[in-house]
Amino acid sequence: MPFKTFAAFVGPSIFMMLLFIAFPLASVFSQSFHVTQPVYEIVEVETCTPGFLTQTCITEEKSVPKLDENGELIKIRRFVGLQSYANVLELGRAKEALATGSWQAFQNIDFWKALRFTLTFTLITLPLVLGVGLLIALVINNASARVRGPVIFVSLLPFIITPVIGALSINWLFRGDGILTATLEWWLARDIAMFAQAWTIEILMMLYRVWHVAPFAAIVFYAGLQTVNQDSLESAVIDGASRWQRLRYVVIPHLMPLIVFVTMIHLMDSYRVFEEVVGFSSQGHVISLQWLTYDFLIPDQAGNRSISRASASAMLTMIGIVLLLIAPLRRTWREHKGGH
Amino acid sequence: MKLKHLLLAGVASLLGTGAMACSFENTVPLKSLSAGFEAWKVVTDAMAECGNFEASLDQEFKEKQPAAFAANPSLYHIGGVANATLIPLLNEGTIRPLDDLIAKYGAGIKPNQMIKIDGKTYAIAMMVNAQHLMYREDILNDLGIAAPTTYAEMMAAADKIKAAGVVDYPIGGTFKTGWNLAEEFVNNFLGEGGEFFGEGNMPNINNAQGMAALEVMKALTAYMDPEYLVSDSTYVQQQFQQGKIAMANLWASRAGAMNDAAESQVVGKVTMAAAPMGSAAPASSLWWDGIVIAANITDEEAEAAFKVAMEGLKPDVIAANNDAAVWLVDGFTAGPLAAGAAATAAAGARPYPASGPMGIMHTALGNGIAAYLNGDKDAATTLADIEAAYTTAAKEAGLVK
Repeated sequence: MPFKTFAAFVGPSIFMMLLFIAFPLASVFSQSFHVTQPVYEIVEVETCTPGFLTQTCITEEKSVPKLDENGELIKIRRFVGLQSYANVLELGRAKEALATGSWQAFQNIDFWKALRFTLTFTLITLPLVLGVGLLIALVINNASARVRGPVIFVSLLPFIITPVIGALSINWLFRGDGILTATLEWWLARDIAMFAQAWTIEILMMLYRVWHVAPFAAIVFYAGLQTVNQDSLESAVIDGASRWQRLRYVVIPHLMPLIVFVTMIHLMDSYRVFEEVVGFSSQGHVISLQWLTYDFLIPDQAGNRSISRASASAMLTMIGIVLLLIAPLRRTWREHKGGH
Repeated sequence: MKLKHLLLAGVASLLGTGAMACSFENTVPLKSLSAGFEAWKVVTDAMAECGNFEASLDQEFKEKQPAAFAANPSLYHIGGVANATLIPLLNEGTIRPLDDLIAKYGAGIKPNQMIKIDGKTYAIAMMVNAQHLMYREDILNDLGIAAPTTYAEMMAAADKIKAAGVVDYPIGGTFKTGWNLAEEFVNNFLGEGGEFFGEGNMPNINNAQGMAALEVMKALTAYMDPEYLVSDSTYVQQQFQQGKIAMANLWASRAGAMNDAAESQVVGKVTMAAAPMGSAAPASSLWWDGIVIAANITDEEAEAAFKVAMEGLKPDVIAANNDAAVWLVDGFTAGPLAAGAAATAAAGARPYPASGPMGIMHTALGNGIAAYLNGDKDAATTLADIEAAYTTAAKEAGLVK
């Protein structure tokens, strides 16, 4: 292909990637090393607010940001180095907690609390998603052609639901005397509060994520199952291989590249676990790294937001994902080299 | 196109059935952004009668408002704000003083409604709101319990109600982690007479008042639904309506819902009283909601916006929706539903101490208190950690040196 044609084809997508991925990333990277703040001056202000019948007026010293002649906020931007990272990681406190051997104290630090949950969540849901996905794929593959369409449709449904909406529905099913909690209470004949302690919320979150993502794994595996070499399977049957042995020694090795692919996608997605925290309003018990970033970023009622710490936290999340992906990537790389 | 016209006509005819038609025909296209609760719906519906008016009712309005008003021209003309959400608009100079407009068109505005900063009026308050005690009068009467006036009495009453087993949980609380939980602490801390900040915006909560506030909150949770950390105002309101709780320190704006026969099973059984008394003041803080006009719009637009806003706050609009809020506007008759807010104010409840630093403090409290209630930290560590979190954020915002 002539270079010009090639450039015309990939140009737009490179432009989009620069605009929507590279540029924001560079901007976040730069913001994580800077702090931008208004210039405050202390002035005495009299504020009158309504009481029930009469007004209350108070005069007090308030920090008021300075405006320039155009009425715009004066803002200064300072380089702070790794300060924002230090504020997020709180390494000093973490070390101190670990030195005293107190896991509880360590888990009272937001970042490490969030990291603990994020990693648990990611690593526990991964095998479940792969296993359940493979199971669904095998069921679809073995279903008779007549019902296959409807079975695929039904098993894909959870994946179609918007994540936040799905999480909210689970919340409502289990919250207070929600339908499923009420059923469980009746069945076990005891009072159950699913949202009163961390571990029940964590189990619900993981179940929800597996329910939501397994169909994606299933559809990928199902596609892979269509290309399994039938001759190998037949020879395996002739050699007397059981159903399990055929799965273990013929089907799974064939699906391996797809399993690595689903693993990578799942690691990337679940390390950014967020919808579950919001949907279950679990932040009193359980928080995730992505939620922490969001919490820094969202303005409080007086309009303050911690953009520098949010940027630092976002960069740390990215680093975490890269670390997690190293193992599957190395595997793919080795196979790629070995295959040629 | 035709279908759209038909739909619009249909909507217009539905709206037109109200008896509170606007007194003039508005020709300037106007937009408003406010919170989405009942009172704002009432007021913006009345404004819409004037024509060319579009209201955004959004419970998350506080995240949009500062940026939307900072745009030039501003994306909205009229804003709905409360004590706290006024601060960013005021700080960035994106709302205009209203004194000229009040002199021209604001004859019906009472002095009490004008929010003045250094003598200039920046907002027109329309209602006050505060958390105050609501209790099931029938249950307390049956058990021979006098109406509680402090948290200690409230918990003594709760013990008796628990023993009698008449409701699922004696006490309800808006303890949802985040804004709600922090607001409960603010109420109790003010009730103990605490001051949030010292010199130079330094935090001042790790003290006896802070301890007292945390301890009373923890003591209350023993009488609550164990899922209190996910209970917001709407959830507590529903627990009341379904007869699952007997007492709560709940928002005045939720009082009307208790007597809404379509939702409530306890119509006429809930009595409004003053917020429980702390050692210095009632455990509550006074809030107001009101209207501001953007700075980055033409004077002509501002004039139209102000006139339309005044139509929304007409006495007959308020009179027709008397129970939707504790209104400050003429036309309101304080009924039994407003008694709790009135008694709380009369007992000396302090206004919510809204400011830039307080916004950060509120967030730090909202994130930090759950660990104490869960038993992960003791009270002193919790308060120290919240102060540390506040200081980090306030330094980043430039409020603390």
